[in-house]
Amino acid sequence: MKYKLGTMAVAGLMAASPVMADLVFPSLSYRTGPYAAGGIPFADGYADYFTMLNERDGGIGGVMAKVIECETGYNTEKGVECYESTKGEGSLVYQPLSTGITYQLIPKTTADGIPMHTMGYGRTSAANGEVFSHTFNYPANYWNGASGAINYLLAENGGDLSGKKIALVYHNSAYGKEPIRTLEELAEKHGFELSLLPVDHPGQEQKSQWLQIRRDRPDNVIMYGWGVMNQVAVQEAANVRFPMENFIGIWWSGSENDVLAAGDAANGYKALTFHGVGSDFPVFDDIQAHVVDKGLAAGAGDQIGTVLYNRGLYAAMLAAEAAKTAQEIHGTADITPAMMRDGMEALEITEAKMAELGLPNFGPEFNVSCENHGGTGLVGMTQWDATAKEWTLISDFAPTDMEVIQPLIEEDSAAYAAENNIEPGCK
Amino acid sequence: MFYREAGDFSTTYAEDQQTFPIKFDRYRYYVVLFIAIFVVPFVINDYWVNSLLLPFLIYAIAAIGLNILVGYCGQVSLGTGGFMAVGAYACYKFMTGVDIWWGGELLFQLPEFNIVFSVIMGGVMTALVGVLFGLPSLRIKGFYLAVATLAAQFFLVWLFNRVSWFYNYSASGQINAPERDIFGVLITGPSTQPWATYLFCLFFTIVCAVVARNLTRGSTGRKWMAIRDMDIAAEIIGVNPLRAKLTAFAVSSFFIGISGALFFSVYLGAVEVGEAFGIQKSFLVLFMIIIGGLGSIFGSFAGAAFLVLLPVLLKVVGVDWLGWPTDIVAHLQLVIVGLLIIVFLIAEPHGIAQLWRVAKEKLRLWPFPH
Repeated sequence: MKYKLGTMAVAGLMAASPVMADLVFPSLSYRTGPYAAGGIPFADGYADYFTMLNERDGGIGGVMAKVIECETGYNTEKGVECYESTKGEGSLVYQPLSTGITYQLIPKTTADGIPMHTMGYGRTSAANGEVFSHTFNYPANYWNGASGAINYLLAENGGDLSGKKIALVYHNSAYGKEPIRTLEELAEKHGFELSLLPVDHPGQEQKSQWLQIRRDRPDNVIMYGWGVMNQVAVQEAANVRFPMENFIGIWWSGSENDVLAAGDAANGYKALTFHGVGSDFPVFDDIQAHVVDKGLAAGAGDQIGTVLYNRGLYAAMLAAEAAKTAQEIHGTADITPAMMRDGMEALEITEAKMAELGLPNFGPEFNVSCENHGGTGLVGMTQWDATAKEWTLISDFAPTDMEVIQPLIEEDSAAYAAENNIEPGCK
Repeated sequence: MFYREAGDFSTTYAEDQQTFPIKFDRYRYYVVLFIAIFVVPFVINDYWVNSLLLPFLIYAIAAIGLNILVGYCGQVSLGTGGFMAVGAYACYKFMTGVDIWWGGELLFQLPEFNIVFSVIMGGVMTALVGVLFGLPSLRIKGFYLAVATLAAQFFLVWLFNRVSWFYNYSASGQINAPERDIFGVLITGPSTQPWATYLFCLFFTIVCAVVARNLTRGSTGRKWMAIRDMDIAAEIIGVNPLRAKLTAFAVSSFFIGISGALFFSVYLGAVEVGEAFGIQKSFLVLFMIIIGGLGSIFGSFAGAAFLVLLPVLLKVVGVDWLGWPTDIVAHLQLVIVGLLIIVFLIAEPHGIAQLWRVAKEKLRLWPFPH
């Protein structure tokens, strides 16, 4: 019986995968499971941008882009299954949108020579391209986020945080633990007091954490949450009457899903970001004309312009630009994953380029090099307006404290290199 | 028809008590083993191994382990995920060299173990932990015991998430399997060959299945079954319940630990304890043995195959053949698997193993009805 099932499955796989001459962009999405609310808009944005390129420009450099979706449910085992079943289709770049799956795929993608882009998540020290040759996390990572939040607070408090109390509410997983080291270093540097409050998956239960916040009265709360944890935290913060403007979320805790549930109480809540918000960009007219009006929108088509939709779109835009760069470097339209990697490593995003793409001021300017796969690490701040029901950008994309972050990146990537016998260096 | 018994006589007790008393059955078993060992490794690729065979083999070991405890000894356990985590973390610590600290000083560090011994140590450590959490079973039964093992599940996951010594103080709390090899053939890490990881897991699966089979049909297994069927009566006829229950916990946890070690080191390569070894893992393995058949080694395999391969098959049919949206297929997967479980358990409460037994019986008697 088991062999029969297996044979059928593989026969099906072979029948279903004809040789493609398209540029394949797999999307390991999660439209189901506990984190679906965040997975759906991202996957929609990612798919819609490529659909728009196909409809408007006939693909990238004359070659059609093809997005293969595979449902992971934020589950690492399904993530592996998805990776194995799509890697043979000529997949150019992976975007797993899960730190857990990222950790698994870093060695696998490197061994298979396929680049992976973990935009604003994943393993932060992958910013060191000398060790992580096939993993990219530009334009900003978790540690830039932590530092960005602290810089913002420094600016608010006239450059002095000594004696302040800051609490970190975090998802008790690899993702949530990422910023702790950085924040500890920054606490030492600026003299504020850091307290840690882990929240277990999925994050429905936060009564005790917020009671502690009510008792300790920290000046600010920083949150690294994802999924249902965010809206519960915002609601709990409102319940203990924590002033919302002192509550800062990382970019994964700053979407409409996280604040709408709390209604007016969420007004003033802030979240970091590394890309623009809203749908007031020329590119959205093209998406409307070429994707939505033709009935080609991914999913239900009701997410356009939301924060996470924009993030998916931004990820797709960066992937498409890297593909174009790769085509230029290698002088061929039909690129391989290895060429894609070179394209990502030579990627340069300037204001002029973004304006040309219909995304003026949508993200920070940055360029990628072999030594630095993390970009410039510029982060901005957004704030939620509960009456207008929209996020607005309240500060420009500002640099973060690389003095603190760079040594940590060096240290963590050196440990990884030692564990896995990697000879750091640029080819 | 197939199962001809004419001319198939046993002349010794050993022959009479063998696992496959019918010649045809025995040869079929040898053929399956032969194909699994000498044919499959040559025809598989990454997808086959990482998506179908490895999870099947590893879950089969976990199901055998749980089946010994629940199916043979009647001690309900919901701690499988936690025990798998013990196996995984123990394997990781032994792979990277266990470091013992005392008062902030590094007391000593063991050398790095070979991957085979790391996996076995994963089993041994889990056996110890299993015995510890099996102690309540001496005083409580049924639901109360299920709750005690549930506590083990949550406590162990919390422990591995909380104490950074277990993940070698890494910033994120993830554990990553470093590259390890046997005689120069890579078994863990990203550059492994599909046949190597497959054979490695197959070896453990076959050994575990054979050991489990022989334990369960020997005096140990009989004691377990006596405890399961009626513990008072078992005690009266001279079965020591303490020994029987604790050996069941130890042996069961040993297998589950091995499966956890393989799950982390060979199959996934990196795990996060809350995500990989949560409560849903405990339920998944429990469903496997319920569907496969309690108190049956074949049932453990059948249940593992059912719950590992069916979702993948449904995905292939739905997404790749019919081209449906991925989320619809994922929802349908839940519905179909759930429905199948219900229908199946109504039609055959004793699981796939019983179905197989009935079919075999019918084949033996064919063409006569009785």
